[in-house]
Amino acid sequence: MSMRRRLLFTLPLLALAFLAVVFALGLSPNRDPRAIDSPLVGKPVAGFVAPALVDGQPGVAVGDLPTGAYTGQVVAINFFASWCLPCRAEHPFLKKLAAEAGIPILGIAWKDKRKASQDFLDELGNPYFRVGTDENGRIGITSFGITGVPETFIIDKEGIIRARIPGPLSADLIEAQLLPLIKGLQK
Amino acid sequence: MIRISRYGPLVGLIAGMAVLTFGSASFAVRPDEMLSDPALEARAEAISRDIRCVVCQGESIEDSDADIAHELRVIVREQLKAGATDDQVQEYLVARYGDFVLLKPPFKAKTAFIWTGPFLLLLGGGIGICLYFRRVARAEVTPLNVAEQARLEGFLKVDDDYPNPDRDEPAP
Repeated sequence: MSMRRRLLFTLPLLALAFLAVVFALGLSPNRDPRAIDSPLVGKPVAGFVAPALVDGQPGVAVGDLPTGAYTGQVVAINFFASWCLPCRAEHPFLKKLAAEAGIPILGIAWKDKRKASQDFLDELGNPYFRVGTDENGRIGITSFGITGVPETFIIDKEGIIRARIPGPLSADLIEAQLLPLIKGLQK
Repeated sequence: MIRISRYGPLVGLIAGMAVLTFGSASFAVRPDEMLSDPALEARAEAISRDIRCVVCQGESIEDSDADIAHELRVIVREQLKAGATDDQVQEYLVARYGDFVLLKPPFKAKTAFIWTGPFLLLLGGGIGICLYFRRVARAEVTPLNVAEQARLEGFLKVDDDYPNPDRDEPAP
């Protein structure tokens, strides 16, 4: 058999190897097929005003950063809703994040009735520095491009979105990803 | 007494499948979302059909009943009403959700293979087939030698008293 023919016969094997690699990557447990890379990561937060949820406290207003209210420190913005079960699951970890990272977390109740969000925080405790409401969901969509709740964003000192975490926070996620990221941003 | 045809369940099944197939041509758009201007509404629907619902992912926002799809449809309509062009509306959504939100991905370096892949494969296959047939056509034909010629004639000659060397028959 000529050399050229022999090479030709290895083609199916090469194709198989290529497909095996593609499928292995696609089926990897670390890959979330629903994850969408947000084009907003690396961009400044578009200004918004979320009216206060908690009586006697201001809401969450982020002016056109970096001139806004929270300039100068790293913050997390967490979207939640009383109707959202994973939000309940992640709730204890919000306190953990605030305590261990030493950053204020700004909560925004997304597409939720005021009273229902208030009851939610009364029942589980309020881990937020400030809480605002986004009843028609426009702040979440316009300023953050969120696809649902819970969703968390890490904003750096200059008001640039540095991370988008769709889905509930967990101890692992906070320790392995968020704390190192935040420490880096705080320098 | 009512006699139910023994085909009753089958008819029911087919009817049910027909309803599921054709009846659910989903009109997720709620009447209160629609714009009064039919031209604007037609544009909104055309845009929405190409926008992927970010939670259901396989559906356009036009077809999806998800709450966020509803909200995005309303945003599309609000922007059109405010005088935005189709491209501007699309850019607004892409700026927030990325190219992912477009059901037809734009042609970029990253997506080049998606768009050109099928044609490249077709081209490669076509070239392969052409090369193969050219080689077949070029193959040299060597004339038969005497023994082969004789054998061939044996096959061609249908004659009972000519023994076929390739057939296991008793000699006459």
